[in-house]
Amino acid sequence: MTTLAPRRALKETAILRALRSPTGIIAGVWLIALVLMAIFAPILTSYAFDAQNLPGAYAAPSADHWLGTDEFGRDLLTRMMYGARTSLSVSAIAIGISVTAGMILGASAGYFGGRFDRAVTMVVDLTWSFPEILVALMLVAIIGPGVTGTMTAIAVAYLAQFTRLTRAQIMAIKGETYVEASRSLGASDSYIVFHHLIPNALAPVLVSAMLATGDAIILEATLGFFGLGAQPPTPSWGGMMSSGTAQLFKAPWIILFPGLAVAITVIAINLFGDALIRALDIRAKSRGT
Amino acid sequence: MLGYTLRRLVLLIPVFLAVSVIIFAIIHLIPGDPVDSLLKVGSGPEQRAEITARYGLDRPLYEQYLIWLGNLLTGDMGTAIVGKRPVIDLVGQALPHSLVLSGLALLFSTVFGIALGVIAALKRGKLADQAIMGGVLLGSTVPSFWLGLLLILAFSVQLGWFPVSGARTWSGLVLPVLTIGLGGIALVARVTRVAMIDASQRDFVMLLHAKGMPPMRIQLRHVLRHALIPVVTILALRIGWVLGGAVTVEVVFARPGLGTLLIKALNQHDYPVVQACLLLLAMAVMLGTLLGDILQAAMDPRVRAALQ
Repeated sequence: MTTLAPRRALKETAILRALRSPTGIIAGVWLIALVLMAIFAPILTSYAFDAQNLPGAYAAPSADHWLGTDEFGRDLLTRMMYGARTSLSVSAIAIGISVTAGMILGASAGYFGGRFDRAVTMVVDLTWSFPEILVALMLVAIIGPGVTGTMTAIAVAYLAQFTRLTRAQIMAIKGETYVEASRSLGASDSYIVFHHLIPNALAPVLVSAMLATGDAIILEATLGFFGLGAQPPTPSWGGMMSSGTAQLFKAPWIILFPGLAVAITVIAINLFGDALIRALDIRAKSRGT
Repeated sequence: MLGYTLRRLVLLIPVFLAVSVIIFAIIHLIPGDPVDSLLKVGSGPEQRAEITARYGLDRPLYEQYLIWLGNLLTGDMGTAIVGKRPVIDLVGQALPHSLVLSGLALLFSTVFGIALGVIAALKRGKLADQAIMGGVLLGSTVPSFWLGLLLILAFSVQLGWFPVSGARTWSGLVLPVLTIGLGGIALVARVTRVAMIDASQRDFVMLLHAKGMPPMRIQLRHVLRHALIPVVTILALRIGWVLGGAVTVEVVFARPGLGTLLIKALNQHDYPVVQACLLLLAMAVMLGTLLGDILQAAMDPRVRAALQ
């Protein structure tokens, strides 16, 4: 445990350092506010996300409905807050699964090498050359539309990126003297992988996971826009824009605000990620491209 | 070069087979009886028998795959459940639309991306650089379907410059190409900028400066040429995003392409069409990547030398 404590302290200061840059702090405040809004949505708004009010449909933004209402007269701000729950949690959980699986796959491929490594590399390179949206659509075709389908699709679509990155990190570290020293002291493979290699490869992979969460929010919104994401009446940013398309000329605010929310959130994630990269001083390209 | 091209083409065969197995498996992985997935709800027993015989659904799985692959290679992709038309006709009509759109978007984002990247690199740290890189960040973080909808609102509804949707006229291509291209410009501009800055710090550039060559000429003649190699590499590697972007943007602009067809089929559970669209899109990505690799080999003497 003595080796863990300073490392954690280092990471905490990195996040604090990232928050010290002006872009970092703006991005961080937006992200925290967004998460709080998603969590406390029922307290923050007096409307229910599925309360229909047909006479009040297509109302433009006003004092009663800050962002207007949709085709069923539902309050858009309320739906955006609840939509944030779906969009953020689906993207974050999917990337969490993806990064965990990718790290295990990439670390074992990079560490053990040989035939296993070649097999993993082949599959990863294969999916890597396909656009994420295509991989995701293939998965949705199999699993079917909905939250589970979207989550799995996003997780698989980004798996290649994390596997590649972790593998490259492990390959670079595994020749270091301290790994050799640990091995000569009798450390087992799994001890070396979990206590030396993965912790040292962690920072760039986590930063890239953070940036990928931004891309995942876009992918989730795109699938939602296609009508393949969370099914009604559950609100999601993409789903809201999907139903808003038909009313593009009549009530443009229905698609305007959810799209703006996606854009600002993704920009915030990118800016915070960049600030984090600067704070951690990671030279390696964390984006993988 | 010819040998390299042929070798790469042969290497595509196992990749194609792997992709085809996954796409074939869709029908079997979705919950329920595959016969149901290939038929309209409420079809009679004779139609069930016909489909079973046609796809060999009562035979072992590998035989079914071989039958499916054989049909595919002879141009038989089955019949659409909705509308009962041969799938090959549907995708055959859609494919050219998608390819034209993707090709133009690729061209647009390459030309403008390199231009903006060069300007940003030349004006490094200045206002122009920050404006371009800021715009580029914005372009890559906005969902493309949303951008498309905004462009429709601005240019088709408010200004009336372009048609809202459809593919009857060439002017209908402007907004879709712009929408896909803006995302691509971001990638190309970023890579070009970094590559230009990196290349301008090389020894040969210092030598050219020492020789007294005008700085602008050094940048455009020598540095840019050097910087184009990583740009082509990244383009070759990620050529698929254009097709991915096309899928999304086609739906927004209601263009008759593979993307529109695929999304409609997915929502209608029309699995033969879903399979055909995914297969064609995957093949287009594979061939596009191959084309990019060949282009890269043709441009970079070092890659060419390594191949010989």
